[in-house]
Amino acid sequence: MPSSDLAVSVRGVGKRYVIRHDRFAPTTLAEAVAQRIRNPFSRQEREEFWALKDVSFDVQRGEVLGLVGRNGAGKSTLLKILSRITEMTEGEVDLHGRVGSLLEVGTGFNHELTGRENIFLNGTILGMTRAEIRRQFDAIVAFAGVERFLDTPVKHYSSGMFVRLAFAVAAHLRSEILIVDEVLAVGDQEFQRKCLGRMREVATDGRTVLLVSHNMAAVTSLCSRALVLRAGQLTFIGDVSGAAAEYASRDAKPLVGDLRNRFDRRGSGEIRCISLAVRNRSGELTHVVRPAEPFEIVVEYEAKTALRDVGFSIDVELLDGTRVSTLFSAFRNETFSIEEGHGTLSCQISGLPLRPDSYSLNVFIGAHSAVYDFVDRALTFDIESVDIFGTGRLPDAAHGPLIANFRWTA
Amino acid sequence: MITLRPTSGWVAVDIAEIVRFRDLLYELASRDIRLRYKQTLLGIAWVVLQPLMAAGLLYFAFGLVAGMRNEQPHYFLFTFAGLLAWNLFSWTLSKASTSMVGNAYLVSKVYFPRIILPLSGTLSTLLDFGVSLVLMLALLAFYGVHPGMALWLLPILVVLVLLMALGAGLVAASLTVRYRDVQYILPMVIPFLLWASPVAYDVSRLTVEHQRWFFLLNPLAGLMVAFRWSILNAPPPPWWALAWSAIASVGLFVFGAATFSRTERGFADAL
Repeated sequence: MPSSDLAVSVRGVGKRYVIRHDRFAPTTLAEAVAQRIRNPFSRQEREEFWALKDVSFDVQRGEVLGLVGRNGAGKSTLLKILSRITEMTEGEVDLHGRVGSLLEVGTGFNHELTGRENIFLNGTILGMTRAEIRRQFDAIVAFAGVERFLDTPVKHYSSGMFVRLAFAVAAHLRSEILIVDEVLAVGDQEFQRKCLGRMREVATDGRTVLLVSHNMAAVTSLCSRALVLRAGQLTFIGDVSGAAAEYASRDAKPLVGDLRNRFDRRGSGEIRCISLAVRNRSGELTHVVRPAEPFEIVVEYEAKTALRDVGFSIDVELLDGTRVSTLFSAFRNETFSIEEGHGTLSCQISGLPLRPDSYSLNVFIGAHSAVYDFVDRALTFDIESVDIFGTGRLPDAAHGPLIANFRWTA
Repeated sequence: MITLRPTSGWVAVDIAEIVRFRDLLYELASRDIRLRYKQTLLGIAWVVLQPLMAAGLLYFAFGLVAGMRNEQPHYFLFTFAGLLAWNLFSWTLSKASTSMVGNAYLVSKVYFPRIILPLSGTLSTLLDFGVSLVLMLALLAFYGVHPGMALWLLPILVVLVLLMALGAGLVAASLTVRYRDVQYILPMVIPFLLWASPVAYDVSRLTVEHQRWFFLLNPLAGLMVAFRWSILNAPPPPWWALAWSAIASVGLFVFGAATFSRTERGFADAL
């Protein structure tokens, strides 16, 4: 019963990925054929993974719906299904109107082409017709502020100009339903403000927006309702404050980063990190560490075979992906012989003199040039906000992540 | 309203959807053309120089060294006409085959009918073909050769060559997404096909019995001979060979398009 006010109706949507086990998966045609000939009836060793399961919700026309969840919760998968990039395994979706999706800014931009050529190329890639682009051409150029450089190849643009032009094209997409990923998180603050303003305009235009974000603040300021995804399932749908509470309570910072269900990992898989945790000086699990206080990161792994000379690494990053430090065991010539099966290792850190903020940890396991396992953003933790200088003054983000131990004298 | 549902098995190619995205087709083709000759010294002149140089090389190797120009009047025109058809085929095939992997960043980030990508490559190849054809006509005028009535068949022959190349290209593109080896195999297969096709030599050098096998085994051969019939007023291929080529072209295209639309739903996940 399609109501006239309905923009999107999602019913029982699920998406299954089949993960072939690397060791047995054929990567070349010859291997695939050889495998078929050897074992004509056996199925490959494969593991199923449901990135989304039984997700149902409706979006009203003119509504701005937020979609929040941690990495790997299924946000991107849902987005890709709604924007028809990938197909669902089960369920049904009704879309009342044309869908435009912005999974990133500047898809298909070509550095050799000029600004003008790129506006047309990128616009048609996003689903506009050439006539629509021509109509909005001046508005796009004005929004981006690149009038003087229209016939310059974009490789000569500054990165700021490039992002502005790319966003300008996307911002003029006239589709009834707009699906926006965390594209807003790029660029400087000024640019982010401009993007948020544009999003608000789009929404007041009576068009439907689905905004996917990590950033609860952006969701709160733009959306009327939000839904929370956790491990591929819809755990909450309702007003934004409720969603924020749900996101914070259950999703924000687990004490142990359980990596068993992370399928977005890289590496050959002989050994896998299955969990990551931070312990403070007294050995308690925590997600808050004081700056410059000793703590340890505990890596739990599972090895399919015995391995030698294995190096472990933890990357500490700001949430925007800026690398702060790399704790790679091989830097200290520390490599390990690993027995088959389960085990743990820990990395003791005498202190991270970092600015109070949230940091994420990537975990890497490898030997020589082999990458066994790599998980991006395996765990996030906070550096506690303490009065380091005893003055009540703290540096902010613009001052950089490192708080050096310094003193000025005359 | 559109309803999205999981699909399985063979599905029809959605032509209405391709029409809806025709502007994208145009923009991608024009991107191809613009990019190809950016930052080259001679620019668009390469469209003319490339086939001339290739034909010149064949003229040297087969016409002069192997002495074929003695038995073939206007041997240079002969190879140039052969290359016209061959380039149309091989460029369409190789562009279509790499269209998915080469545009992986688009396929995994935006929706559009995937077949737009191989089609846009074909469109840009057609432009090159058009330029070569004009050059061909100029050469005909220069040598004083008059094409016969069969020239009117040329558009049909072009379509048949394109269908065959696209059919093979679509199968290759689908396979490449899963098995990257195809990328390495094809550059070996294409030169093989070149020598297996009557580009530099004339089929009439074969006995009638051998000709039969030749046309049967290589459906492209019939089209090549017909190309020269059409442009140079050379002897036509046997009618059954041309019919077989036409059937093979249409058949290969239908098979390629069906394979492509059956596998395209998994492209974004596999790339």
